[in-house]
Order: sequence, then C-alpha cells, then structure tokens
Amino acid sequence: MVEITPDAIVFWKLGPFSLNATIVFTWLVMVLVVLISWLATRKLKVEPPLSRWQNLLEIIITYIRDQIREITLQDSDRYLPFLGTLFLFISVSNLLSIIPGYYPPTASLSTTAALAVCVFFSVPIYGIAQQGLVGYLKHYSQPSIFMVPFHIIGEISRTLSLAVRLFGNIMSGTMIIAILLSITPLFVPIILQVLGLLIGLVQAYIFAILATVYIASATRNYEGKEQSNKEDLKGGILND
Amino acid sequence: MTSIDTIGVASIVISGMTMAIGSIGPAIGEAWGLSRALSAIAQQPDEANTITRTLFVGLAMIESIAIYCFVISIILIFANPFWNYVVAKGG
Repeated sequence: MVEITPDAIVFWKLGPFSLNATIVFTWLVMVLVVLISWLATRKLKVEPPLSRWQNLLEIIITYIRDQIREITLQDSDRYLPFLGTLFLFISVSNLLSIIPGYYPPTASLSTTAALAVCVFFSVPIYGIAQQGLVGYLKHYSQPSIFMVPFHIIGEISRTLSLAVRLFGNIMSGTMIIAILLSITPLFVPIILQVLGLLIGLVQAYIFAILATVYIASATRNYEGKEQSNKEDLKGGILND
Repeated sequence: MTSIDTIGVASIVISGMTMAIGSIGPAIGEAWGLSRALSAIAQQPDEANTITRTLFVGLAMIESIAIYCFVISIILIFANPFWNYVVAKGG
C-alpha cells in the first residue's frame, strides 16, 4: 500500500497524541537549518578570508533580499525574516528527499496548510503595519464597494491554492517514484528523483515569491505603484 | 453489481478521466504562456529577468489547476472515502 501522506506513518503513540513522520521530519529540518545557520554565523568576518559556510549563507541571503526588493519595490529588511524562513524551510525539506528513508514533511497537507495559513495572516499584519487599519481595509473596496466579497473569496482561495499546490507537487513526486519502483526498479526512478529535486526547489521559490507578491500587494501604496508603472511605461517606450 | 464494485469501477474510471480532461486546459495555457514569454524575451532581452520570474509564477498558478485534478484522482484511487465507508460496513 502506497502512503499518500507521511501523516499515516506513526512512530510512537501515547493516548490521543501520535508522533508521526511529518512531525519528526519537520523537527529534523528545523534542527538542521538552525544548527547549520548557528555554526555558520558563529565567527562572522568582514576581512577577506571568509569561511565557506559564511560565503554560502551570504549568497543565499543576498539573493533573497534582491528578489524581495525587486518585487515589493520597498526595503527588504522588514520582510526578509518571514519570507526567507519560508523559502529556506521548504527548500531544505524538499531537497533532503534524496536521502533514503526521509519523507518530506511538505508532502503532508498539514504542513503546507500551516505554512499557507502563516502567509494568510501575515498579509493583513504587514498591510496594517504599513498603511494603518483604515488604509489596509480601504483596498478591499478598491474599484467599488461590491468587490468586498470577491476580495475575501480571493484571499481564502489563494491560501487554499498555496497549500494544495505545494502538497500536490511534492506528494506527486514521492508517489510517482514509489509507483515506478514497483514497475521499473532500475535507473528510471533516479531520473525522476532528479526531476523531483528540481521541482522541489522551484516550488519553494514559487511559494516564497507568491507570498512576497501577496504581501507586496497589501503593503504597496497606490501612488508609488502608479509612479512605478509610469516609469515602466517610459522605459518600454524608450526601449522601442 | 454490488455497491463495492460500482464504487471501484466509478473511482478508477473517473480518476482517469479527471487527469485526461483536466490536463488539457493547463497544457494549452502553459504552452501559450511560454510561447508568449519566449517571444517577449526575443524582443526585449534586457527584461529577461522580470519576464522569467513572472513566467515562473504564472506557470505555477496555471499548473496548480492540473495539480488539483491530480490530487482528486489520487484521492479517488488511494484514499477514497466512499470505498472506505463501504469496506467498513462490510461490503
């Protein structure tokens, strides 16, 4: 029997609480990310002979900051902790799936739903912090007051699609490998595993990018947006 | 046919049809989006970064439709609630 979710694999059970594979591997990923970050940032240096771990982390952080700055057109430091953590957690938990015996926690709908709910709540939090309560609520009725229910439906459905997209992609990867192992056990699963690594990284990127886009749409004030649109238009005309 | 046969046949047939019909739309959409993005990059190579990022996000959103279909068909095959109900009732 193929398990469609690591929730079904229970290691240890005590009364109503059960310790399943999702929780165990989530803790493993958390410990790994925190430990590596702590070891790498223990002796930070500014002078040229940098440690290779510091170089690695600096490349990742710089890349994330550039991406956030390009999308939000704002200072990235405010969003870096949340979005960077999302990206690092999802990508590490997807990439570790080459290790035999490891079930990616993102292949469980519980994990991805939890992450999507974090994004769902972070959007109003960042929006209210940036624009104030009235300014944030005003954009619900932006074209007209009748759009309010559609905005609310949109917020819920995009949260759902964030969760199901990540879950479906990662679960399908493990599922296809499990099915192929029973049909053609030699070589073919390896190729699909490589593809699964690529998909895992792309999905982590997309999850973080979509979260950035949602937060940016709630925090960007409209004057700034129109201005940047005009600049884009001007640039396009100049390029032509 | 008993109810367990009906549910089994219906689940398998419908899960196949879900994938077959549900992947047509996203396939056409992704191909269309990709071809437009490629011609946009050919016209304006300087904007390749922005176009590629937008393309990835758009492709992921289109692809999520196909993924919904996939999740539905996987649920129908491996975690069918009606099947479990009938089996629990004893066939």
